[in-house]
Amino acid sequence: MIDFWKRFSRNRSAVFGLAILLTVLFVASIASLIYPEDPFRLAGKPLSGPGLNGFLLGSDSLGRDVASGIAHGAKTSLLIGLIATLAAVFIGIIFGAFSGYYGGRIDDLLMRVTEIFQTIPSFVFAILLVAIMKPSIESIVIAITVVSWPGVARLVRAEFLSLKNREFVQACHTLGMSDLRIMLREILPNCLSPIIVIGSLMVATAILIESGLAFLGLGDPNIMSWGFQIGAGRTMLRSAWWVCTFPGIAILITVLAINLVGEGLNDALNPRLRERQ
Amino acid sequence: MTKHLLSINDLSILLPEGADRKCAIDNVNLTLNAGETLCVVGESGSGKSLTAKAIMGLLPAPHVRVGSGSINFGSEDLVQVSYERLRQIRGSEISMIFQEPMTALNPVMSIGNQIDEIFRYHASMTKLERQGKAIQLLKDVKLPDPKQIMNTFPHELSGGQRQRAMIAMALALSPKILIADEPTTALDVTTQAQILKLIKEMQSTYNSGVLFITHDFGVVADIADRVAVMQEGLIVESGKVDQVLNQPNHPYTKSLIAAVPSLTPRAPRKKSDESVIEVKKLNKVFGGEKSFFGFGKSKRIVNAVQNVSLDLFQGETLGIVGESGSGKSTLARCIIRLMDYDDGDVSIDGTNISKMGRAEMRPVRAKMQMVFQDPFASLNPRIKIGNIIAQGPLIQGKSKSEAEARARELLSVVGLDSKSYDRYPHEFSGGQRQRIGIARALALKPEVLVADEPVSALDVSIQAQILKLLDDIRIQMNLSMIFITHDLRVAAQVCDRIVVMRYGEIVEVGTTSEIFSNPTHDYSKELLNAVPGKGWEKENKNSASL
Amino acid sequence: MNRTNKILRYVSRRLLQGIPIILAIIVLNFFLLNLAEGDAVDVLAGEAGSATPEYMEQLRAKFGLDKPLPVQLLVYLKNVVTLDLGYSFRHDMPVSKLIVDRFWPTLLLMVSTIILAVGFGILLGLLAAVSLNTWKDAVITVFALITYATPLFWVGLMMIVVFSLNFGWFPTSGMENIAAFHEGFDRVKDIAHHLVLPTITLSLFYLALYTRMMRASMLEQYGLDYVVTARAKGLTERRITFVHVLRNALLPVVTMAGVQVGALIGGSVIVESVFAWPGLGMLAFESLFARDLNLLLGIFLLSSALVVAVNLIVDVIYSFLDPRIEIG
Repeated sequence: MIDFWKRFSRNRSAVFGLAILLTVLFVASIASLIYPEDPFRLAGKPLSGPGLNGFLLGSDSLGRDVASGIAHGAKTSLLIGLIATLAAVFIGIIFGAFSGYYGGRIDDLLMRVTEIFQTIPSFVFAILLVAIMKPSIESIVIAITVVSWPGVARLVRAEFLSLKNREFVQACHTLGMSDLRIMLREILPNCLSPIIVIGSLMVATAILIESGLAFLGLGDPNIMSWGFQIGAGRTMLRSAWWVCTFPGIAILITVLAINLVGEGLNDALNPRLRERQ
Repeated sequence: MTKHLLSINDLSILLPEGADRKCAIDNVNLTLNAGETLCVVGESGSGKSLTAKAIMGLLPAPHVRVGSGSINFGSEDLVQVSYERLRQIRGSEISMIFQEPMTALNPVMSIGNQIDEIFRYHASMTKLERQGKAIQLLKDVKLPDPKQIMNTFPHELSGGQRQRAMIAMALALSPKILIADEPTTALDVTTQAQILKLIKEMQSTYNSGVLFITHDFGVVADIADRVAVMQEGLIVESGKVDQVLNQPNHPYTKSLIAAVPSLTPRAPRKKSDESVIEVKKLNKVFGGEKSFFGFGKSKRIVNAVQNVSLDLFQGETLGIVGESGSGKSTLARCIIRLMDYDDGDVSIDGTNISKMGRAEMRPVRAKMQMVFQDPFASLNPRIKIGNIIAQGPLIQGKSKSEAEARARELLSVVGLDSKSYDRYPHEFSGGQRQRIGIARALALKPEVLVADEPVSALDVSIQAQILKLLDDIRIQMNLSMIFITHDLRVAAQVCDRIVVMRYGEIVEVGTTSEIFSNPTHDYSKELLNAVPGKGWEKENKNSASL
Repeated sequence: MNRTNKILRYVSRRLLQGIPIILAIIVLNFFLLNLAEGDAVDVLAGEAGSATPEYMEQLRAKFGLDKPLPVQLLVYLKNVVTLDLGYSFRHDMPVSKLIVDRFWPTLLLMVSTIILAVGFGILLGLLAAVSLNTWKDAVITVFALITYATPLFWVGLMMIVVFSLNFGWFPTSGMENIAAFHEGFDRVKDIAHHLVLPTITLSLFYLALYTRMMRASMLEQYGLDYVVTARAKGLTERRITFVHVLRNALLPVVTMAGVQVGALIGGSVIVESVFAWPGLGMLAFESLFARDLNLLLGIFLLSSALVVAVNLIVDVIYSFLDPRIEIG
């Protein structure tokens, strides 16, 4: 663990990313403390600029506090990103593991299914799913999960394919070990590093998808989110630039931070000489 | 002092900080003359390859760089010359061939273009002249249908053909020096013999000096005029080939040469008539499965094992010998049921196991265990050594304490410290890992041990220790052994009987002494003739045996 | 042995492989349609304001909605194969005609985006890799990192704020100035003028993606053995970079460009709705609000087919770039 931190901290931008991410997490966790009121509520004079009328980052056309929206939106983004990613990783591991380990017809079948899901334009598919299921936090999580698992499945399959022919796995067969145990105890721990890396990057993508859906009006109507704020503010671009700008920066910073951490994890978990000879 | 073609004086190469030693090579002195072959021989990590790379200015800078010393070529010092001058020398006056011709060639450029660019960068010739010269070169290195080869890509050639193309490239401008960095290590023994012959011929045609890097004393005996032996960055001994091979001075050289297995078969042992494993008409085909929707491209069909029958007798070591693609590993994996086969029968102790299901197989598995080739891939990097060894007994229903006791006992049997129990595989060297792999196989008290090239990834001195260990435990535990190898020297020292395989078929079976003294099949003869260092062997009958 | 023949065979085989995928997507489409609350008749009834249950039953019978599911599926399949994607009551027009009308603006936007993103991505990635660890590399890397993390719709809005509202350089929305009745070259110029901001917006994310990929791919290739061989042959660094490394490094980027087309279509929904670009994405956005599911599914189907087609094209291009691909 100390060793891991040493390698991770060698990448300074990753540490920077981690610091930002922890800040966002902190803001999300104290959102209800600093802004105990509903972020949808009318909090003061509509379209106040940043710093005016007691609004740190201004208010929108309905007098909602942009700063409060951002704090509560952080919770939404991180939560949706995390849950959808965990679900997608779970499904991806199951598909990829069976496909890679057993090969043959099982692999053919599972990979065709994966291929179909990869062919479908993912964001359009997500829109469709949320539209059909009616926008809610559950439908958004389901939609994001459905469109993001194929990437994990491909990765896990490739890892299983290469590891299953490794001699240590063959040795387990000669000892008479069961397939399930070989998959869970022998192979899976050896492909955790790339899964962690792809998972961390997927959280970023999930946040982007969620904000896009909310921007198009497919967010959960009862939950504040950054994409919703931007979507609601776009008609007032000319008069109230701050309504769109600050939530956008919040998304940018969060996604950037997660990407940096993901890259740092990649360097620390899969050490390879990245420098040119 | 006569003028040498190349002289390396007091050359040191620095390693980056944090490496296990400060210098990759330290104060190395070497000379090379026109028309001579100098072999630099050593085990992995001796610094022999870096020495070769330093001459060409190909060290992986900035991490690894020349610390001090000079490399004099003609009137120039290659350490000091400008980059542009070095570039001119590379490929025209000094050229190089590498170990792995597949990765050393650009995969998306045709062979013709890869030869052509040497002329374009070093000589002024018209396109037609360049083309004619390239075809002539391919003809010189005895590639069939040179015109056709010009348009092929590296993946369309065999390993030997690729290395020939590399040699053609290296000799394009009749260089004064050819550096060959383990050029035959990745090749089969018969191909190796052909490539060595080709290098010799080319050398006499061009009168070049050849600097040949190798780890194989057999190859040294076949090709060298002079030899330099390297150990951990130092040259410990150098001299004429006869003198170094036959009257080595330095203890390290002595130990290396002593570790080279002799081609003279071991003394025959008493043979038992009791058959442990019986294989009848085994067949295994790769490819040919239909893909799910039938639209996938049909896969190429390979008959990996064809109609193979053999017996393994109690207490004997049966060698399965062949080149890559001969099906020897596939056969072993079929016997031990790591792979399913298409038809045929395998019986152990008279019980036919070919139709057994998973559950039925489990108790039988304990009777046959396997030792693998690659000591780095054969141990799960995430599991402690003790648990790796104890796994088998646990699966076969032993209690936790029994399994642990067995694992500890085996650690000492294979010569490892009992402290190893709680350590992870990456903390061990290749040889130690191979010992752990053997301990794992022994944990189930098997009757039969299948060893798949167990020493081919190891340095020669480690190889000798592992072979000795295998021999000891075979006697101690009364094991029967199937030993797969491509190395006839190893086979001569380990096996009681030998099966020679080619293209999935058995071409000859016999006792080791029969096969070595009186091979009947042409292919067996060819294999035996291709073993490097045969001549040296004859002069040196009483070289150390195991 | 004829290469053209071989490629034709390869293309037809890949086309055949695309058929089951398209079929599967159609079936998926059908089930999504059934998953949605209410059927076409409910929608119709809703549109009309009021309808008696008897009349709705009649309508259901007319549309075949009273038949068992498998029969409905077969009918649906038949309809799709004959390019009948249903009727959009909102637009009062067959879905297929509506989609075809709106297809061209989207194609224009996507083609210009791909050219911009792939072209500049490769260039920037190459430049960064060649000048590794210099200020150029640092600037390109930071630029790529930031644009890779920026949501498309936000970039679009900021572009409008800066370049349309503040500077007044580009129009805020639409594809052409219809009121101006431009003809011929003037019209082309007008469309191009409108195209600038949407294209830049849509391409930024992918530009960042390809830049990062190209850089990483170049660096990986630099570490391979054949580069050492090329040096040992006395080639110039220029030749090694631009002939040996570049071509090998392009391979994964080309594959990625194909994979990303689906994502690009998703991105165009957002960009078109930000810039009111009258393409499929805008149509999808409109149909979302109108709850015109038939239309949405039609767009979905067409965009999936588009991805299959683009992947085929990319595979053919790839087979030219990489001789190791067996196309026979």
